[in-house]
Amino acid sequence: MLTNARIFFVGGLLSYRSLFDWLSPWILVPSLLVSPICQVLLFAYIGRGAGVGNDEFYVIGNALSYAAIPCLFAMGATIEGERWGQTLGIVLATPARRIPLFLGRSLPVIVNGWFVAIVGILAGVVLLHTSIPAHSWPALLVAVAVASTSCTGLGLAMGAVTLRVRQGAVFGNVLFCVLLVFSGVNVSLDQLPTWMARIGSWLPLSHAIEAARGIADGESLVEVGGLLLDELGIAVLYAVLGLVLLRFFEDESRRRATLDRM
Amino acid sequence: MRGVLRQLWVCYRIQLKVISSDWFDGVLAVFFPLMFATAALLVYRVNGDPAAMQYVGLGAAIMGMWTCQGVIASSLLSRERWAGTLELVVATPVSMTRVLVPTTLALSTVGLYCVVATYLWERWVFGLELQVLSWPLFVVAVLLTALTLATFGFFLSVTAVRYRVSWSLGAALEYPGWLLCGFVVPLAILPAWTHPLSWAIPTTWGMAAVRDAASGASPWSNLALCAAVGIGYAAVAAWLGKVLVESARRHASLSLR
Repeated sequence: MLTNARIFFVGGLLSYRSLFDWLSPWILVPSLLVSPICQVLLFAYIGRGAGVGNDEFYVIGNALSYAAIPCLFAMGATIEGERWGQTLGIVLATPARRIPLFLGRSLPVIVNGWFVAIVGILAGVVLLHTSIPAHSWPALLVAVAVASTSCTGLGLAMGAVTLRVRQGAVFGNVLFCVLLVFSGVNVSLDQLPTWMARIGSWLPLSHAIEAARGIADGESLVEVGGLLLDELGIAVLYAVLGLVLLRFFEDESRRRATLDRM
Repeated sequence: MRGVLRQLWVCYRIQLKVISSDWFDGVLAVFFPLMFATAALLVYRVNGDPAAMQYVGLGAAIMGMWTCQGVIASSLLSRERWAGTLELVVATPVSMTRVLVPTTLALSTVGLYCVVATYLWERWVFGLELQVLSWPLFVVAVLLTALTLATFGFFLSVTAVRYRVSWSLGAALEYPGWLLCGFVVPLAILPAWTHPLSWAIPTTWGMAAVRDAASGASPWSNLALCAAVGIGYAAVAAWLGKVLVESARRHASLSLR
């Protein structure tokens, strides 16, 4: 039990610090601070130009959507990075249990995603004068954490696939774009074509964004609890899928001796 | 002269092959702005105003050119550094300008793929047929925009030579460029302090020229400004290229990662 906890917390943190090389300020500032702010501004102005929605709608949607970037890329990096570091074989040869080993890597990633989304929301408040009631903030922080968790679940599944697919950066960007278009980030699900809304409701972010918008409009955590539970369900779904895929691709790569192939 | 043209052509052709067959630089550079164009079109479609859809449709078609140039050009020299070929590029008797300009022209060519892909996407997926009153002028405006973007990309690639992770800088330029060039947001609704920044980017004038050509107005004044700003960037980049490479040689920092 203690070993598993140590693998989960200490192993996860060490892996995150050593493999997510975006922590360098030269990458972190432009990628995880400047870009989310710019995406929020871009779509808030698109909304103004189109005369659709209000700033708060785009601030919440895009700030939460940008949490997907660190969640997808950091999870990809903590798995694919092992290959580049030529340590993947060692990691998979250890007797450590896979669940604490890989889920532990997701905890710092969730915190990172949460931080990036909050930066985006704060930028909206400061630069666009978006008004969010003071009493809504605690619930909003919870909703953002749930969004970040579900994106990390998807990131785990993506990381598993990068055991086979070598183009992790391309794959991460494609998933980010899919979330942007399908998850109700800039157009709410009820205004999207039905088939897109159906897909969106099975993707991370869509329920959390709807909940966060409700909270920003004054709803309580209890009132949006159902949406957040749905989002957590999606987080679990993708995390389980990720763990299953990890096991599958690990077995496949052992059988085909493709583990370290670049 | 023939030798110069041959070198430029060979460099352009090789780089175009390398870039367009790369998943990140070729495929994603078209897909990523296409998805953002889709998001913008979905927002504008909520009100369904045909004039607004024409406005965003034209801008969305051009905005991919910015992605191809801004994101990838910033990291051109870093990529040479990672590949271990930067010293070779610098040591060749051909000036760095003659190596980088064909490369950024190749990036602009990928940007033209984006224009065509987005045009077809808008037509087939959104049922949006762009109204272009003067196709010859429209094509001239698009080509000149691509050409001046190549000079801007040349400027970016040179100025980022000392920034070891310049890809992140290039990625951070993507959204500001989409905002400031007036692709999907009218410049008039941006804060006044951003207007000089917009005017300093050749693509802003190129985009205005494309809109002029599409609406039947004369695009020549905007094209002249687009060309003038582009030439300015090319001149500054050529000078900076010499200075920065000399400095990197003197400090033996060319290959430092």
